Amino acid sequence: MKIDVKRVAKLASLPLSEAEEEKYSKQLSKILDYIEQLNEVDTLDVEPTFNVTGLSNAMREDQVGDCTIPQEEAISNAPVKKDGFIVTKGVFNE
Amino acid sequence: MNITDLTLVETIKALENKDFSEEELNKAYLDRIEAKNADLNVFLEVKKNSKGIPAAIKDIISTQFIKTTAGSKILSTFIPPFNATVVDRLLSNNISIIGKTNLDEFAMGSSGENSAFGHTKNPWDIAKVPGGSSAGSAAAVAADLAVFSMGTDTGGSIRQPASLCGVVGFKPSYGKVSRYGLMAMASSLDVPGTFTKSVADARLVMGWVSGSDGMDSNVQEIASPSTSLRVAMTDLKGIKIGVPKEYFGEGLDPKVEKVIREAIKKLEELGAEIVEVSLPHTQYGVAVYYIIMSSEVSSNLAKFDGIRFGSSREDFGEEVKRRIMLGTFALSSGYYDDYFAKAACVRTLIKQDFEEAFKKVDVIVGPVSPTTAWNLGEKMDDPLAMYLSDAYTIPASLAGIPGLSVPCGFVDGLPVGLQILGKYMDDETVLDVGEAYEQATEWHERRPDLSF
Repeated sequence: MKIDVKRVAKLASLPLSEAEEEKYSKQLSKILDYIEQLNEVDTLDVEPTFNVTGLSNAMREDQVGDCTIPQEEAISNAPVKKDGFIVTKGVFNE
Repeated sequence: MNITDLTLVETIKALENKDFSEEELNKAYLDRIEAKNADLNVFLEVKKNSKGIPAAIKDIISTQFIKTTAGSKILSTFIPPFNATVVDRLLSNNISIIGKTNLDEFAMGSSGENSAFGHTKNPWDIAKVPGGSSAGSAAAVAADLAVFSMGTDTGGSIRQPASLCGVVGFKPSYGKVSRYGLMAMASSLDVPGTFTKSVADARLVMGWVSGSDGMDSNVQEIASPSTSLRVAMTDLKGIKIGVPKEYFGEGLDPKVEKVIREAIKKLEELGAEIVEVSLPHTQYGVAVYYIIMSSEVSSNLAKFDGIRFGSSREDFGEEVKRRIMLGTFALSSGYYDDYFAKAACVRTLIKQDFEEAFKKVDVIVGPVSPTTAWNLGEKMDDPLAMYLSDAYTIPASLAGIPGLSVPCGFVDGLPVGLQILGKYMDDETVLDVGEAYEQATEWHERRPDLSF
């Protein structure tokens, strides 16, 4: 299985060097070849498992809990801040 | 009495008897860390406390105002403003954090070598890997640098390093312990658990950390009272133990197999009935896991954009990037059905294998790892070979069932762990069987020679 490494890296927003692209292309192909063995398994009448608990729609009251933290702490790890907000790139003003 | 030799249960008793003070306890461990950590690279951060019982915490578990890096350059300065639920629960049981332990970056790895902060060494032989991803947490307990430690297990990251380092490692059922405050790797698989010097210690800690916190909707049970006062089983009469033939095939080191077969004989001597079982889809476990885990990784790690926390995505290490790439591919348009959906269906068959087997037996036993600890660097250039080393731990993770690694012997001076798997949410029986085995053997009392 060949994999379009450039396209996948773009989808993953992952900056890769050319050397990395070449390396991953080889390694991922080898891993995907190994994964091909799943095609031996007949899963026509099998439901997928995404969660083993069997739970669905675990609900709770829509209330403010006691786990809130002060704004200053909440943004304390952001590399760029201004006036108590996190600075980010503009979305609409390209 | 050597303070750092004691188990958690023994330490609590000694404190009650005033054999030593909490200050002396902490000093004993800090002195040992001072002497040994540089050689083993177990801790990324050490906290000098004088109160509480010192436990080590894997550095992917958030600790309030204590740097938590996930072993990644991208989080090298990250300081969580809150505690993970498991940490809060430990603190309220008089446990203190003696340090944060090294790990494969974002818990991705089987050898501890993927950390951005250098690899941890195996206390039994510093030329060998300690296993991973909870490398430092396993080595910390093996080298008596903490009374116990916390780790996380997604495909074997507690059981495998516990086996390779000769300590007790327990992965509870998925949904037993809250994941709140764990940096998510693969959300349908991640489970926090313990590294301890005895099975009784694992049971005690599980009593503290289990149960709903209202923050992880997969944990529905109310907190269970500590079961530490339970009378330990001394024999295994009436217990049926399954031995899956698929866990003894190609790839299993014959010397490891011999040790495991002897352990099974011991279980039989203790009164258990040994039954051969089959888990026919075992061979597909690694393939299923690498699709599901990588897909969840690619989604979970999308949050690292360098805006709210952390640095640029360029700072992810090689294995993390590889898994993000694989997962992004498996979820991408045109490939989703062939890879992610297909893997999720085979996951169902693996889960059903266990359900069928558990109709006949109470627990299943086998090896944790096909080999003992390998040489540092040996598998670093071959990711697939590294992935295959988790072949016996991955299926239980996919099924969400509890798994224990308990020391059961040595091959050429390196420890071997016996894996005990149980029915979903029947964690107690797994611990019962482990404890009965432990009490009948002396493997867990062996200590590595750290006079290097």
